[in-house]
Amino acid sequence: MTAAANLYPRRRARNVIWTVLAYGATALGLAMLTIILATLLWNGFGGLSLDVFTKNTAPPGVVGGLLNSIVGSIIMTVIGLAIGAPLGILAGTYLAEYGANSRLAVVVRFINDILLSAPSIIVGLFIYQLLVVTVGHFSALAGGVSLAVLGAPIMVRTTEDMLNLVPNSLREAASALGMPRSLVIRNVAYRAVASGIITGILLAIARMTGETAPLIFTALGNSLFTVDPRGPMSALPLIIYEFARSPYAEQQRLAWTGALILTFAVLGLSIMARVLSASIKQK
Amino acid sequence: MTNEVSAQAPLQRAAPTAEKVVLRGLNFYYGKVHALKDVDLSLYEGQVTAFIGPSGCGKSTLLRVLNRMYDLYPGQRAEGEVMLDGENILSPGLDLNLLRSRVGMVFQKPTPFPMTIYENIAFGVRLYEKLPKSELDARVESALRRAALWTEVKDKLNASGLSLSGGQQQRLCIARTVAISPEVILFDEPASALDPISTAKIEELIDELSGDYTIAIVTHNMQQAARVSHYTAFMYLGEMVEFAETNAVFTSPRDKRTQDYVTGRFG
Repeated sequence: MTAAANLYPRRRARNVIWTVLAYGATALGLAMLTIILATLLWNGFGGLSLDVFTKNTAPPGVVGGLLNSIVGSIIMTVIGLAIGAPLGILAGTYLAEYGANSRLAVVVRFINDILLSAPSIIVGLFIYQLLVVTVGHFSALAGGVSLAVLGAPIMVRTTEDMLNLVPNSLREAASALGMPRSLVIRNVAYRAVASGIITGILLAIARMTGETAPLIFTALGNSLFTVDPRGPMSALPLIIYEFARSPYAEQQRLAWTGALILTFAVLGLSIMARVLSASIKQK
Repeated sequence: MTNEVSAQAPLQRAAPTAEKVVLRGLNFYYGKVHALKDVDLSLYEGQVTAFIGPSGCGKSTLLRVLNRMYDLYPGQRAEGEVMLDGENILSPGLDLNLLRSRVGMVFQKPTPFPMTIYENIAFGVRLYEKLPKSELDARVESALRRAALWTEVKDKLNASGLSLSGGQQQRLCIARTVAISPEVILFDEPASALDPISTAKIEELIDELSGDYTIAIVTHNMQQAARVSHYTAFMYLGEMVEFAETNAVFTSPRDKRTQDYVTGRFG
């Protein structure tokens, strides 16, 4: 009785302390996010105008926009996706459907996990050596490839995870109709977790759109409007990096606006991914 | 419902007919575990054969040999002979997909594909035949009628197969199997996840399908075996203990273990 009477208040006190710490950490994290978003809105929203979307980046003193950077970001993300998505989804399919626990699959999975957390600047340097030094000039293509290297591992992981959620009974049922393995995967397994795989693609797009470091060594940046992937190209993260360090107020303001556009585009994609993955879990 | 018919049918149809599937000296291994031991058995054409026995006795394993479902998993292997119309389906060169088009399977849990009701059936048909839309429509309808599902779904063929109730889903799976015109249909505890009314519908369906198809059914429910089957095989610990006409197995079993099991003394 006395022992219990001694222990109880201490346990209660510990409970209070831990609860306060947990809430505190959550509040701190949320506060940071809110401050970041609020600062972006405060500094960037004023700069939003039609010019931002219709004019190219300009030298100081001339009214400019972000058109070439926005288009550049889209083009390079599309290139990254065109290369990375098939690679990522097919490799994820191999891991889940064919490789399972074979030695090769274990090695591939391990390497993919390393790639997932590889510093993006290293990836940029690697592609620089591979596609810029050999060709002799910077290009959007090299930028897109470096984004693919960053995006593919995300899609490998999500595709594998999602396919592992497909119950074996569904695969057996399809096989029992005499369906060849590849058809079972394409028509039944993919369909069953389509929204999950799309979620992975969206997450990869979000990651690729926000990357700066790999583009510095590959796409370089370009103050002119271009859609030619063989030459240097501008991108939102690059122009934010450049203009944020500029001494001119109008360029700094454009950097804020670019950051705002980029952040909310990525935020939108993440929310879409969340909604999709919530809908798959409900099934 | 045709209760009288299903109750009498087994007795009427018990006259032996041609052997559709013949198993001789079948052994099965999960890695090193010896799951089926020297099983001999015949499935008669157009008849229903029930496999009964306690959990783990090998009855589902046996069923999965008949369409070589075990092939999906490495480390599982079968030895012996399984003759389908005189051809050994265990021979290595066999076209598995062709075999599975002849030997269909319905599983314990309903497994509709994540597509529309129509597509669930049309999909399997398209694997084997290129049909014009009108013929495909007719095929889907006749399969759904065959599975006694048509009146319930005819107005929502484009709804997801997953939107149906469990019993309807299971009948959709039967329709899907029937649509590709197999010769043998394997049922792996097809009603164990269903309510009594859905179970009765499935049993009625099996009764209607027999005659046209050679049917093998694994069941935990002995009344079900007695109701739907012409022949019953009692398995225990991987061995085929007794195989005879259903009536004989339930009323005058030869083996003590069979008697103990069918009278509910164990299992």
